[in-house]
Amino acid sequence: MPSLGADMETGTLIEWRVAPGDSVRRGDIVALVDTDKAEIEVEIFCDGVIEALLVEPGRKVPVGTLLARLREPAAEPAQPAVPLANVAVAAPVAESLAPPPRSAPPRPPPPSTPPQPLDPTRPGVRASPLARRLAADLGIDLATLTGTGDGGAIIREDVERAAGGRTPAPGATPTPLIASPISSPPTGGSDRSAGMRRAIAAAMSRSKREIPHYYLATRVDLTAALHWLGAENARRPVTERMLPAALLLRAVALALREAPELNGHWIDGEFRPSEAIHIGVAIALRQGGLIAPALHDVDRKPLPQLMDELRDLVARARAGSLRSSELSDATITLTNLGELGVETVFGVIYPPQVAIVGFGRVREEPWAAQGMLGVRPVVGLTLAADHRASDGHRGARFLAAIDRQLQSPETL
Amino acid sequence: MSPAATVDHDLHLLREMLRIRRFEEKCAELYSAGKIRGFLHLYIGQEAVAVGALQALEPDDAVVATYREHGHALARGVPSERILAEMFGKLEGCCRGRGGSMHIFDASRRFFGGNAIVGGGIPLAVGLALADQLERRRRVSACFFGEGAVAEGEFHECMNLAALWNLPVLFCCENNLYAMGTALARSQAETDLCLKAASYQMPAWPVDGMDVRAVEDTCRRAALAVREGGGPIFLELRTYRFRAHSMYDPELYREKQEVGLWKQRDPIALHEASLRAAQQLDDATLAQIETEIAGEIATAVAFAEAGTLEPVAELERFVHSERPGR
Amino acid sequence: MSATAPAAGARTTYREALRAALRDALTRDRRVFLMGEDVGRYGGSFAVSRGLLEEFGPERIRDTPLSESAFVGAGIGAALGGLRPIVEIMTVNFSLLALDQIMNNAATLLHMSGGQLNVPLVIRMTTGAGRQLAAQHSHSLEGWYAHIPGIKVLAPATLEDARGMLWTALEDPDPVLIFEHGNLYNLEDELAADAGPVDITRAAVRRPGDDLTLVTYGGSLGKSLLAAEQLATQGLAAEVIDLRTLRPLDTNTILESVRRTHRALIVDEGWRSGSLSAEIIARIVEGAFYELDAPVARVCSAEVPIPYARHMEEAALPQVETIVAAARRIGGAGG
Repeated sequence: MPSLGADMETGTLIEWRVAPGDSVRRGDIVALVDTDKAEIEVEIFCDGVIEALLVEPGRKVPVGTLLARLREPAAEPAQPAVPLANVAVAAPVAESLAPPPRSAPPRPPPPSTPPQPLDPTRPGVRASPLARRLAADLGIDLATLTGTGDGGAIIREDVERAAGGRTPAPGATPTPLIASPISSPPTGGSDRSAGMRRAIAAAMSRSKREIPHYYLATRVDLTAALHWLGAENARRPVTERMLPAALLLRAVALALREAPELNGHWIDGEFRPSEAIHIGVAIALRQGGLIAPALHDVDRKPLPQLMDELRDLVARARAGSLRSSELSDATITLTNLGELGVETVFGVIYPPQVAIVGFGRVREEPWAAQGMLGVRPVVGLTLAADHRASDGHRGARFLAAIDRQLQSPETL
Repeated sequence: MSPAATVDHDLHLLREMLRIRRFEEKCAELYSAGKIRGFLHLYIGQEAVAVGALQALEPDDAVVATYREHGHALARGVPSERILAEMFGKLEGCCRGRGGSMHIFDASRRFFGGNAIVGGGIPLAVGLALADQLERRRRVSACFFGEGAVAEGEFHECMNLAALWNLPVLFCCENNLYAMGTALARSQAETDLCLKAASYQMPAWPVDGMDVRAVEDTCRRAALAVREGGGPIFLELRTYRFRAHSMYDPELYREKQEVGLWKQRDPIALHEASLRAAQQLDDATLAQIETEIAGEIATAVAFAEAGTLEPVAELERFVHSERPGR
Repeated sequence: MSATAPAAGARTTYREALRAALRDALTRDRRVFLMGEDVGRYGGSFAVSRGLLEEFGPERIRDTPLSESAFVGAGIGAALGGLRPIVEIMTVNFSLLALDQIMNNAATLLHMSGGQLNVPLVIRMTTGAGRQLAAQHSHSLEGWYAHIPGIKVLAPATLEDARGMLWTALEDPDPVLIFEHGNLYNLEDELAADAGPVDITRAAVRRPGDDLTLVTYGGSLGKSLLAAEQLATQGLAAEVIDLRTLRPLDTNTILESVRRTHRALIVDEGWRSGSLSAEIIARIVEGAFYELDAPVARVCSAEVPIPYARHMEEAALPQVETIVAAARRIGGAGG
């Protein structure tokens, strides 16, 4: 079960889109999973042939549970299987908070202990909290261990034995985790909004607990941008007209190229910048709650395509059919509460991201420039950023870059 | 007492009863306005008991009362503004707003509540008296409770203990005929309360609780006997509550006519009439008293309104003492 | 120290240690007096106060009628009146007749009066089973009292604590309840001649160990120590913590131990549902979840009124064997 968000702890397999024996290619949709937030399509990250499906539709399993086994193209059927979706079995919670490592190859199981597919009737690995913590500290996959504790539970000794005497660095402290333990209250489809509330609560609490936010705000004159957009839209069929949101997305994406400290993730005590710029777009759902799926490679897509993808993304988010990569890939988030009349929005960073950009409403305001007072359309622009990864100076330059981009809309 | 002193004292009794009456009328108004919340049990109709009885006590004596205790607190000298601020839930209240209407305490005046478990205050009075006896102090512990408490085990345990140990307790049972809505005859096989006390070998006297002078006279004699070491005395003060048990109740348990009859024996009206008949009170004097009381109440309301809220950070204070023991 | 106090290192009993504490308190502070059912002429239903009536007279060693609510309430009143009463209740089952006074007055007056009225009262009572006294004299309800803010709850399990807790409790400005397990009165041990007041804020480690933490108190301490002895022969080093004070709980001592041993077993003669043992487990899980290498376990009394028949009573109570078995279960089968 892939982690489809920092706050996801379990998922219910709705249906398989593949059967044993099917060939699949990287990017194919192989299953549909229900999380607390939405029904999400699970895509696969490598080519191969489905060898076995290990979880039946309708079952709710913890993140990290092995869903299926995949045979790589060249491999013979008898060779060791690769876990689907690059997700380690029963990843410790701390790991599950991180986005799946898309580019890293799947970690091969230690040759001496081939992984045992979990008994599908077992909800997860039995391991003591201490064993889980030690395994996470030592980078040991619990699924590779045999427990000797009560009822076969994996206990400290088992982890230490597997580590060959390796012990965690002195003074190592447990990573503060999301408040709710793994066995969070069950959530059925009927109380998804409650589940989503809990998920948001967990992620936002963690954010405020762990991330030292700093906040910057400025106001941006949108005269040039809106003038250009109006002229552009006048030449386009009504169905293809573009919204200011697409312009703002592009401006943020291009400005981010100059501010790599704001684009990426804070994982295991260090900032990991991202080459790609995937902007999470905060979308309020009609039934309540919030989701922030990613628009991929915003800096590399022309405006019309971006507009199309944005429309599609919002529609699918509200229909509950997002893709897994869209839920886990964002490298920064953009939120816009302008429609609701909000002047300025100071966001809460969605971990493990390190920044969130906020736009308020566009409003006509008296605006002084070059000694003259005029009336201009103005928008409030804010940044909340992780002070561990960047400083206010860098944040300020980033906001200035967004402003600069918006003053030259023709280059967007 | 000289005649002039007697006149002054009679006016004092009138003034004290009127203070309580007007204060509680204001409380009812403030309750309706949402300024006072929780339960609010008014004493209106019973003023002669608290005012008369407390004349008999010295500052060193102890008073234990019930949740219908505004009158006793005022008559004991607890400042009206501190009481009202307490009902407003303000820090300036006598208990910092932690007690409310039912739990008025003032340690400096040895006013021990404010007890809202029926019968629950009686053992406290017995213990306070025990401490005085062991310390050879000539003090009285006056314990007020309603006739409803007479059904409680604690009442009987305490009657026995106080009599057995010859403790200086003055038991003041205010018989207003209804324990909430249950009439005495509906809850007691023996409705003569003095007989119950007498069975514990304790002097027990019934008193007209609507006659403030009768209450004072009886209490003075009883307190003197108790103080002299004669052991506890039980007084049944026959009185009547004019208003609902708490702020509002449908009063299904008694006839309006009955209330009307008792109102004809309103202790304030009775005392006022007697003063007028003796030419000790005229309209001007009464108007002056009312004006002064109105001023005191206005001050109390302003004080309570201006009061502050205790910081929530102090919530867990006073679970344990902040000063060391010994 | 009075003439009858034990000499240096003398062997004595828990009962005599309690009596020495009472005598010491009555001697040191004239405001102290003892009252309760049969504390005087009878000598105390468990003979704790035998001889004190003759020594201190009937004013200070007061027999009361069978009226728990009145004499506990009178103790509260006397404390408000400046004295330092010690109230003895025969058993915790009888204390329920005085629960109104303990809960609604003793524990509440200070807070309800906005800090004006503190109640320096000590209530002693017998608790626990093991003497075939059946279901109205055998229960361990101290956990109920440990639920109540405003009181302190002590459980002396050793002679030293029996001798030393009373004076410290009397010095406390607020109500303190002392629970004496009925099986302990005849406990014999050494008691130092200079034994005196003891701290009542900390739990005590009665036996150190690194493999498992046994948390217990009162009448279960002895059983837990015996169990630890047996476990040691099986290669499992159990640390035994005597809570001593049930409210406020010394959470730090428990957590400090569990963080070392990674395993905890609670032994409590109370019932398990909604109990002190449940509270201790909750605190361990709150404070040391990521240190746990096994589920926290407990051995409690069976959830029945304690029966009379000896074999049934024994089956209902924590025993050395059940403690050992529970410890082995969480301590690792190979332990």
